[in-house]
Amino acid sequence: MFKQLKQAVLVTLFLTILTGLAYPLGMYGVSRILFPSQAHGSLVMKDGKVVGSTLIGQNFTSPGYFHGRPSATTDTDPKDPNKQVPAPYNAASSNASNAAPTAKSLVSDVSDRVKALRNENPNAHVLVPVDLVTASGSGLDPHISPVSAEYQIPRIAAARGISEEDLRRLVDEETTGRVLGLLGKATVNVLTINLVLDERYPMRAISR
Amino acid sequence: MNSSGILQILLYGVVVTVGAVPLGLYMARVYQGERTWFSPVLGPVERALYKLCGIRPTEEQHWTTYAFATLAFNLVGLLVIYGLMRLQAVLPFQARFNPAGEAAVAPDLAFNTAVSFATNTNWQAYGGESTLSYLTQMMGMTVHNFTSAATGMAVLVALVRAFTRKSTKTVGNFYVDAIRSIIHILLPLSVVLTLVLVWQGVPDNLDPYVTATGLEGGTQSIAQGPVASQIAIKQLGSNGGGFFNANNSHPLENPTALNNFVDMVLLILISAGLVFSFGRMIGDTRQGRALFIAMGLMLIVGIGVVYWQEAGGNPLVHAMGVDMSSGDLAPGGNMEGKEVRFGIANSVIWAAATTGSSNGSVNAMYDSFTPLGGMVPMMNLMLNEVIFGGVGSGLHGMIVNVIITVFIAGLMVGRTPEYLGKKMEAREVKLAVLCILLFPLSVLGFGALSIVLPAGKAAIAAGGPHGLSETLYAYLSTSANNGSAFGGFSGNSLYQNTMLGVAMLLGRYLVIIPTLAIAGSLAAKKTVPSSAGTFPTHGTLFIVLLIGVILIVGGLTFFPVLALGPIVEHLMLGAGTTF
Repeated sequence: MFKQLKQAVLVTLFLTILTGLAYPLGMYGVSRILFPSQAHGSLVMKDGKVVGSTLIGQNFTSPGYFHGRPSATTDTDPKDPNKQVPAPYNAASSNASNAAPTAKSLVSDVSDRVKALRNENPNAHVLVPVDLVTASGSGLDPHISPVSAEYQIPRIAAARGISEEDLRRLVDEETTGRVLGLLGKATVNVLTINLVLDERYPMRAISR
Repeated sequence: MNSSGILQILLYGVVVTVGAVPLGLYMARVYQGERTWFSPVLGPVERALYKLCGIRPTEEQHWTTYAFATLAFNLVGLLVIYGLMRLQAVLPFQARFNPAGEAAVAPDLAFNTAVSFATNTNWQAYGGESTLSYLTQMMGMTVHNFTSAATGMAVLVALVRAFTRKSTKTVGNFYVDAIRSIIHILLPLSVVLTLVLVWQGVPDNLDPYVTATGLEGGTQSIAQGPVASQIAIKQLGSNGGGFFNANNSHPLENPTALNNFVDMVLLILISAGLVFSFGRMIGDTRQGRALFIAMGLMLIVGIGVVYWQEAGGNPLVHAMGVDMSSGDLAPGGNMEGKEVRFGIANSVIWAAATTGSSNGSVNAMYDSFTPLGGMVPMMNLMLNEVIFGGVGSGLHGMIVNVIITVFIAGLMVGRTPEYLGKKMEAREVKLAVLCILLFPLSVLGFGALSIVLPAGKAAIAAGGPHGLSETLYAYLSTSANNGSAFGGFSGNSLYQNTMLGVAMLLGRYLVIIPTLAIAGSLAAKKTVPSSAGTFPTHGTLFIVLLIGVILIVGGLTFFPVLALGPIVEHLMLGAGTTF
């Protein structure tokens, strides 16, 4: 009995050293040398400052930027530490809505989003795409579908004073196809395309 | 549904099958103590561990000693991870290993989480990036991802070994089986997978959370950590507990569709491979193949049903004039809780695979699936994780079902049932029935309590039948040691943390003990040569009968509650009722 317990303790000890310290720290050491950017979270720098991560969506609201998907992440209420308040794209606390398909809250959220999108994009050429009115699983989805980018083109073109054609070309350039032509879905990375927008068509005095 | 989605599903089936065969043969060699290509490197590590821990690898154990070793090892690990969570705010090197300054985990949550990792369930009542320090993640979660997987694999190996022995008192040595699983299988695969994940964009660092200033001027705190090394073993060892709250839907856990596909294959590959190891170890590969076919068929049918439902989408959303058609440039379907880079097809393959196997990691949120789409993961759990199942535990669960199947076949013709040359007599059948009955007892018993008691009911987020589904799913997932959830369910309360913790303990150890008892009893038996009267267990008839038994046992037990949950919700959704 005592011998058995001693053995359990010893095995736990040495396996913890091996798989809980040597393995993760070793992989960290190797990863940062082989893939330095990815190992540190694929951060994007601009003018020496971190503006985000290519893998983490950001909350965009001004008409001159492409907007990402709705996000269900929350944060602690500054007034009451026991309450959570909506905080879209909170990358320190990923979360989904987890709304049931029959939830009243889902129906009202989606319906509000559809209305808001139609107000902001009166000249859209396509129907409201489903990914623009549904919250992602992580609340941090960095992508929208190419058709969701197309939906927003007239609004952005007007806000930046550029032609829809130029924008459409940009969306094409920034669309990543399926991996190996097969896996997953075509995507547009919202932060990346907005960085290119700012670089290529800077917003002058035009309204934000 | 579209052709590219169907193509991805087929590709998945092919890759899993093609990968499982060589891996299975390799694992068989490992467990039989034979030399492999990697022995020159890994063998010395294995032997060093034996020496350090005072294990004599040739010393065999009676099944009771084997079971005691399993429980003692799991108990020690459980105490360590509990201690880490409780002490994470005061352990040394805070700046390095707890840069986010996470506080001590509350006792009930720490109990639930410790049990969850020790039992290979990985139910997430915690949110990783907002609860756990880097040190806890590494020395607690990562270690348990290895050891709980190795525990399941060892129990399976003891059972399989018992079939190959006759008139023997022992079933092997637990520590040898567990250490071999880690050193020769889990660790090398994890090293390779970690590098693939980091290449694809999964971070691996000890950095503090990064504060970014976005293009519109707002700030964003971005969680970091030693993610990749933990995600690798979490996928391989059918663990499934996320580094982050959102699990594999989080873009830092699962950044690309390629990363997703690799993860999705590896979450089932060891379990699938072990089926072939089993065939090899008992010296009849046809037996392994038959079980593989039975599991594979159930998996593919499940994927098909969820795909059909999720691609169809939510009629209530459709009614608002939202474009739900899918094409090359649009995801379509039910995208609530799903990520654009995966689309519908890769979300549904994952859903069926992670619940058929006991992984429980998720890349989409099943609480927001359509009612029938969410019913498939639920049914996979109800069959108690035998569609490949957890590493080790899936196949030993399947063998228990096989024992029931040959018993029923034996009743039909009035002969003592046999399997692999062993007579299945009263003791084995009783133990197998115990394994099978405990699960619904736990799910329906604890589930009913949770629905009735106010402290339990408080966890439900959804109204109407979906609220029942949330509770049912929680007790299915914990009793079956899966770990996925209908995430609206608030499991982090004193009541739920405790009861779900108990369900996880029962679901794990009250299956392991009778399984090892079966092993002990089989090892002690003589082998009977097969005769004309032996029911062949490698043909189509057997496969059909086995699937039938699994479905009937699971179906009869759970159909009433399915009717009250997802089925009625489906009908009400069609009628436009909301809650």
